[in-house]
Amino acid sequence: MQSTPLAKKTTNSWLVSSWAIALIVALPILSVFYIALFPEENIWKHLYDTVLPVYIITTLKLLAGVGFLSVILGVGTAWLVTMCQFPGRRFFEWALLLPFAVPAYVIAYVYTDILEYSGPVQGFLRDLFGWQTPRDYWFPEIRSLGGAITMLTLVLYPYIYLMSRAAFLEQSASLKDASRLLGCSPLQSFFRISLPIARPSIAVGLSLVSMETLNDFGTVDFFAVKSLSAGIFDTWLNMGNLGGAAQIASLMMIFVVFLIVGERMSRYKQQQFHNQDRFKALATYPLTKGKAALAFIACFVPLLAGFLIPVGLLLFYSLNYTKQFYTEDFQSHALHSFTLAISASVACLIIAVLLGYAQRLNPNKRSLKIAINFSSLGYALPGAVLALGVLVPLAHFDNSVDAFMRSHFDYSTGLLLSGTVFAVIFAYCVRFLAVSAGAVSSSLNKVTPSMDMASRSLGMTPMGTLLRVHLPLIKGGLLTSLLVVFVDCMKELPATLILRPFNYDTLATFVYQYASDQRLEQCALAALLIVAVGIVPVILLSRSIASSRDIKPA
Amino acid sequence: MLRKTLLTLATVTSAFSFAPAYAEGEVNVYSYRQQFLVEPLLQAFTNKTGIKVNIVYSNKGLLERLEQEGRNSPADVMLTPDIGPMYDGAEKGLFATIDSATIERNVPEHFQDPENRWVGLTSRARVIYTSKERVKEGEIKTYEDLADPKWKGRVCTRSGKHTYNISLIASMIAHDGLEATETWLRGVKDNLGQKPQGNDRAQAKAIKEGICDVALGNSYYFGHMLTNEEEPEQKTWAEAINLVFPNQDGRGAHMNISGASITKYAPHPQEALELIEFLTERDAQYLYANANFEFPVRPKTKRSDIIKKYMGDFKGDEINLTEVGALRKEAAKLVDKVGFDN
Repeated sequence: MQSTPLAKKTTNSWLVSSWAIALIVALPILSVFYIALFPEENIWKHLYDTVLPVYIITTLKLLAGVGFLSVILGVGTAWLVTMCQFPGRRFFEWALLLPFAVPAYVIAYVYTDILEYSGPVQGFLRDLFGWQTPRDYWFPEIRSLGGAITMLTLVLYPYIYLMSRAAFLEQSASLKDASRLLGCSPLQSFFRISLPIARPSIAVGLSLVSMETLNDFGTVDFFAVKSLSAGIFDTWLNMGNLGGAAQIASLMMIFVVFLIVGERMSRYKQQQFHNQDRFKALATYPLTKGKAALAFIACFVPLLAGFLIPVGLLLFYSLNYTKQFYTEDFQSHALHSFTLAISASVACLIIAVLLGYAQRLNPNKRSLKIAINFSSLGYALPGAVLALGVLVPLAHFDNSVDAFMRSHFDYSTGLLLSGTVFAVIFAYCVRFLAVSAGAVSSSLNKVTPSMDMASRSLGMTPMGTLLRVHLPLIKGGLLTSLLVVFVDCMKELPATLILRPFNYDTLATFVYQYASDQRLEQCALAALLIVAVGIVPVILLSRSIASSRDIKPA
Repeated sequence: MLRKTLLTLATVTSAFSFAPAYAEGEVNVYSYRQQFLVEPLLQAFTNKTGIKVNIVYSNKGLLERLEQEGRNSPADVMLTPDIGPMYDGAEKGLFATIDSATIERNVPEHFQDPENRWVGLTSRARVIYTSKERVKEGEIKTYEDLADPKWKGRVCTRSGKHTYNISLIASMIAHDGLEATETWLRGVKDNLGQKPQGNDRAQAKAIKEGICDVALGNSYYFGHMLTNEEEPEQKTWAEAINLVFPNQDGRGAHMNISGASITKYAPHPQEALELIEFLTERDAQYLYANANFEFPVRPKTKRSDIIKKYMGDFKGDEINLTEVGALRKEAAKLVDKVGFDN
């Protein structure tokens, strides 16, 4: 099947346009590599001799910790709410996604406020036991590697929850029934049937989690964790060496390539398609009282720690510090955020569908596949570094057009794209393409090729097939992509700060001007608004996923 | 044909381009300095001159944006909170020279670039916070004292790589030499009570909590903490410490500045100059410095009561900050070399 291309010459235009798009999206990444290769002053040796080993080891620990915990939380809760019956299951189905709406930098600030020495928890313990100074007792240090792992896990596990839940919902009921008939316990059936089937989806989720972990700067900076992204900013801003920073960033991207290639190799030649009986209702396990209570707790803890506590504290602050939050500008900030996020998420979706489908039409073009994967690397970069990568090609384009126009027509066009909202939207697309491409291609891959064959042999063009066969079939995946990117864009801060036009604020930049000064109280309301906006798509998303499959009690 | 296509392309792109045109009577600012400090000043400027100010705030990346945008950059003025970006921008040739008698009159020489590519607007001292309870007056007098073994386990600071510490270390290199500074830095590291972390306020807090007894911090944070109505807890941090202005018998306390530059390709150089001149004049100096509890660079500017009371007369280091800027890279490498933050 792999060897028969679904398209012949007529689809050359697909190939060409997808190549062009992949290249444009890859430009900022290429720029970062370029800056790395031609630094003004090469300090690689200094980095290598001094700080780089620390950065690498810390990053590996961070990745391992966040990855491990997110998989346990994400897959575990997804399986519980999909396959088991217990009180609150309906609620948890969507509520488990809520922490996704909370930006990592916000949750880090909140937990520091609660858990640090002067916070309420330690204060309470000191009162209780009569301790006087920090030397009298031991308390886990929130501003540490462990703290960073916990914070990132709490807001990132929903990626894995989302992906693995979709996979569990799509699984064939008869496969599971067969395993149960053959004597597997529910748990054995989970490990031997459900989990391997869901593995590609879990892998997509895990790679998103890993890339988010790599690109995080807010949390590691606040917690003084010396990860690679902290090293990038240290080298760039404190050592004044952008080239060295780009070198570390390139190293990080190479890291990601290994991660992705490794994962793909491990499931080489595995291919799964929707089963014929995917529309047959999925049977679930009723849980006994004790087990149901455990399941409830297992789902409640991530919700409590990742959403209820931080949002509760923000609510508390915003009620207690009712200053002039709601200015006239507030509406325009919100409007800016919405406009940017909607444009970018739609653009990302269109690009992802184009690229995904072109790949499906040309399964033998490995180079295209590589180009597409390369253009998804932007997700692993810290936002500010990506912003620099965006500056380079856009300004180059603008200045070349301007120079040409000046010399030939004596007319200056100035900056056409740099410093406009286009630059910001472009940066979002480059940054979040990995998310939408992952969601779209994993849905697309599950559509059996016989659909294409039937449609094409009935005379449909590739475009017609895409519009009338595939898109309706993968509606769920498209919606997932759209909403996840939308929420991500609403939260995006560093690239927005650098690339935005004059006098232009979004909700995130508004929150930033206070949060950067560690004055969380003053921006609590705006932070809540970002969270609230993020919740709407989260709920919609979870509804659409849940309705994709009937679930019946066993 | 190609020409025609390109012309069409350019016209089409301009039509769809979101960039608004910036008319005369405007000035475009890129600011690394925080919004709450800058906004009142710019408002006062617009009220006085009628010149509209357009602004982009970011804590990083603006210098790179300016560099990439090149001769088409709309930016006229760059506002910076620290010598670091001013020095780097000047070195990269991104700034024009500022020629103004007003500025020469208002700003002391050591707070100006020798080649006039940047102007200091406010200054602050990097001081030593000491515990009122546990450190006697006169017990610590210099930065060099921080390496004295008697402070073992009693010193706190934010990351050694933070720009404020980098500038301090660069000034140490300028005065004491590279080798002595390395020995000093190792000594300070050995005395640390906790791994370098948090911001400067967090150091005062650490003293209050008994984690350490002496700490490095910028002078203005003291004012911010002491008057913090939104988070009154910070007042207790300020009340737990004394400010020691170091090296008063020698070169004086290390000074850093916030400042401004005019970009090389500024489309509104006249308005840009007007803005910077305005910022060095009496009213703006008073407003700017006191909003942040910094020191106005312009001598004989009125100072707020808190500054008079707690940060009154002291001797500041008069080394030209260009010299400090030039040694910053060396300082950052030193911090890595001694593994100060690890």
